[in-house]
Amino acid sequence: MSAPLLSARDVGKRFGGRIACRDVSFDLWPGEVLGIVGESGSGKTTLLNCLAGRLVPDSGSVTYETRSAGSVDVHRLSEARRRLLARTEWGFVNQDAREGLRMGVSAGANIGERLMAVGARHYGEIRGQAADWMARVEIDIERLDDRPTSYSGGMRQRLQIARNLVSRPRLVFMDEPTGGLDVSVQARILDLLRGLVEGLHLSVVLVTHDLGVARLLTHRLMVMQGGSVVEQGLTDQVLDDPQHPYTQMLVSSILPV
Amino acid sequence: MPDTTIRDTSSQDAAYNYAYLDEQTKRMIRRAILKAVAVPGYQVPFGGREMPLPYGWGTGGIQVTAALIGRDDTLKVIDQGADDTTNAVSIRRFFARVAQVATTTHTGEATIIQTRHRVPETPLTDGQILVFQVPIPEPLRMLEPRETETRTLHALSEYGVMQVSLYESIARHGRIAKTYNYPVMVNGRYIMSPSPIPKFDNPKLDRSPALQLYGAGREKRIYAVPPHTPVKSLDFDDHPFEIETWTECCALCGSTESFLDEMIVDDTGKRLFVCSDTDYCESRR
Amino acid sequence: MYVAVKGGETAIAHSLDLVADKRRGDRDVPELSLDQIDQQLGLAVDRVMTEGSCYDRTLAALAIKQARGDLIEAIFLLRAYRTTLPRFGASEPLDTTRMVAERRISSTFKDVPGGQVLGPTYDYTHRLLDFSLAAAGERAEAPIAPADATHALPRVGDILQRDGLLEPPPSRNHGEARDLTRDPLVLPASRPLRLQNLARGDEGFLLALGYSTQRGYGNNHPFVGEIRYGHVPVSFVPEELGFAIEIGEIDVTECDMVNQFAGSHDVPPQFTRGYGLAFGHAERKAMAMALVDRALRAEELGEAVTSPAQDEEFVLAHSDNVEASGFVQHLKLPHYVDFQSELVVVRALRAEVEKRLEQAALAQAAE
Repeated sequence: MSAPLLSARDVGKRFGGRIACRDVSFDLWPGEVLGIVGESGSGKTTLLNCLAGRLVPDSGSVTYETRSAGSVDVHRLSEARRRLLARTEWGFVNQDAREGLRMGVSAGANIGERLMAVGARHYGEIRGQAADWMARVEIDIERLDDRPTSYSGGMRQRLQIARNLVSRPRLVFMDEPTGGLDVSVQARILDLLRGLVEGLHLSVVLVTHDLGVARLLTHRLMVMQGGSVVEQGLTDQVLDDPQHPYTQMLVSSILPV
Repeated sequence: MPDTTIRDTSSQDAAYNYAYLDEQTKRMIRRAILKAVAVPGYQVPFGGREMPLPYGWGTGGIQVTAALIGRDDTLKVIDQGADDTTNAVSIRRFFARVAQVATTTHTGEATIIQTRHRVPETPLTDGQILVFQVPIPEPLRMLEPRETETRTLHALSEYGVMQVSLYESIARHGRIAKTYNYPVMVNGRYIMSPSPIPKFDNPKLDRSPALQLYGAGREKRIYAVPPHTPVKSLDFDDHPFEIETWTECCALCGSTESFLDEMIVDDTGKRLFVCSDTDYCESRR
Repeated sequence: MYVAVKGGETAIAHSLDLVADKRRGDRDVPELSLDQIDQQLGLAVDRVMTEGSCYDRTLAALAIKQARGDLIEAIFLLRAYRTTLPRFGASEPLDTTRMVAERRISSTFKDVPGGQVLGPTYDYTHRLLDFSLAAAGERAEAPIAPADATHALPRVGDILQRDGLLEPPPSRNHGEARDLTRDPLVLPASRPLRLQNLARGDEGFLLALGYSTQRGYGNNHPFVGEIRYGHVPVSFVPEELGFAIEIGEIDVTECDMVNQFAGSHDVPPQFTRGYGLAFGHAERKAMAMALVDRALRAEELGEAVTSPAQDEEFVLAHSDNVEASGFVQHLKLPHYVDFQSELVVVRALRAEVEKRLEQAALAQAAE
């Protein structure tokens, strides 16, 4: 392997007097799924937003290895290039699908938006690709022209995933992608995500408070507490043999699967 | 041909400057126009003044016209293509009064044509200025209500959302069902609202020899399409842009090429079609 | 044969004559004088001056007369006149501690230096129609205590601020205040610009928004720190003199609203302010403005922006009644070209659907 896809170095962010995260460093390699776990308020979502260029960190840097333009400092890019990167090489899956979808237009338009944003102008082809992605995320193609307002929570999340993946991103940020869904729905979406990540050789940074989700999807884990990373390592290692007292507490507080 | 220009003989209102606006304000508006011409399709904010006509009734167009007009100009004002609709009459009277300018109904004679909702059927020529009255200058407004966001989208040429709305129209209706205020791409850079003209008129904007100026008074924006600038109506490769067609012809002049208005002529709902452009229609009879 | 509708010119002229006639009404009833409007419909004059951004009682009275009492139309008339006036410059900021107050109340303290002065208010009138007003007849003049113009009237807010309990007002170093009537509103707007917009904003719109914050749509726990109404001197620095001279006095109503405190672990909590100012006597307007001003500071104060009154773009873009009235009423203008385009496409779409249904019916019959 040549270079890490995403590198964080000493990333820190404060809100007023409160430290949201500090001194976070890691490398994410192509095809790797990194989990960030911790309780709510531990700074994991702030960190995710800093990594994805949605928040500007107060300290440290985030570099990304682009497809064709070498490595770039995410926060030093012009807004134009950062937004272009975000809709071509990256994806972002929100916990609340409503934030990641256009609720007022059809599923097909939702999936097709990224294609149109980079210049696709053939309606039939855009629609064909949208239908193809509906199938890949296991939504009935009959629902292609329906708006996501008529979709169930699980279907919306699938649609959000399709909308992100249609542009063939290399890196996807996910913020609690199965949060707020029924357990049975969660299981199917996790299954789907696992298949897609492997099949498309995606790199993923996944934020979750659910260690079960982390165990199922991630290769490597970072455990955050009070804005700091207290432990990191291979997922199985961290979960089966936690070293830090906080990780031990987290692991012992969930029922064995 | 009879002399159709009419000159108002009543004296200029002593309390007001020539063409109503003070000279400072005219200079400010001219600067905005120059900037707009330099960046075709870009909406230039300007210090729009409160005008003695209501917002939404052409205050943007009136300010642009007032900043440009001089004693040598000949003004034509149309609304819905017609010179004799009440608001066109009102605006023409306003300029005849405050600028003592010659007015005409003939497209060919006019140096400045202020319009609401139409582009004249008679092709415009070099040196003519077409001033549009614009209610909502932001083509993305109905898709994104926030000014701060739409400004960014224009700055970055992020126009996916506009194409999404066209996609949605086809998905719903089988075709792009947008009929007026149909969005255009100006000079390959800015998406622009052509004002609520029917899409029938969009092709006339493309590489027109006349200067097109767009004034939005309430929203305080001016934008422009300089002469001979490419203006492309947005579409899909497999759903190309097309204009309205009628099976009927004009009941007065027989034209089959003009935009037709529909009239209901009796209680049984009998219909008649006539040219919306009254000057064009009269010149053919 | 159809004849195109002609005669716009004549129709408009006749319409103008009719308006003038309606304005005068029954000629047996004496005509209103501007003095009568100024003196007896004074609060209407105040509103027109405030939202018309022009302090001139006679012009406002004229506008009200010309508009037949339609205040929004009167505001429009006054503004369209104001816009043509030359501008000599900006006055010095009003110093409302120099106000000779006719009314001054605080609801945060039982008594305040300078005292509570009830003054002329409808607050304690019983809203019973007073039929004695329907009959002509003079009233005796009310006794008026001599106003004390020698002492400055300290603001309640300044007293709270001395103890650090209330945030200080924004510093005066905002530079030259931009003039909304000369420069376009660019968003996000600064607070001075927002206040200008609200001062010109429609009283009813601000009232409803202010009310909505009290009902939970962006609550900020307001108290009336102080409302005062009275005369304040206006000073101006003419270029050729280089120092300020008093050029006159105007009546204003000022409202200083004291709101919920902000603070955190490290920053000691402090009450925050919302501010309202209107020409003449206009307490409802000044209070509503102060509520909305405070609501619009949500982001600055680190509060979640969740409600319409906190949404700067929404409030500032829709507060102006001359803009709103014009755009709503422009729907009366002919739109038949656009409507024709819609007709064409709706007919085509309907024909397609009907054809599909017919074919489906045929196919079904064939089976």
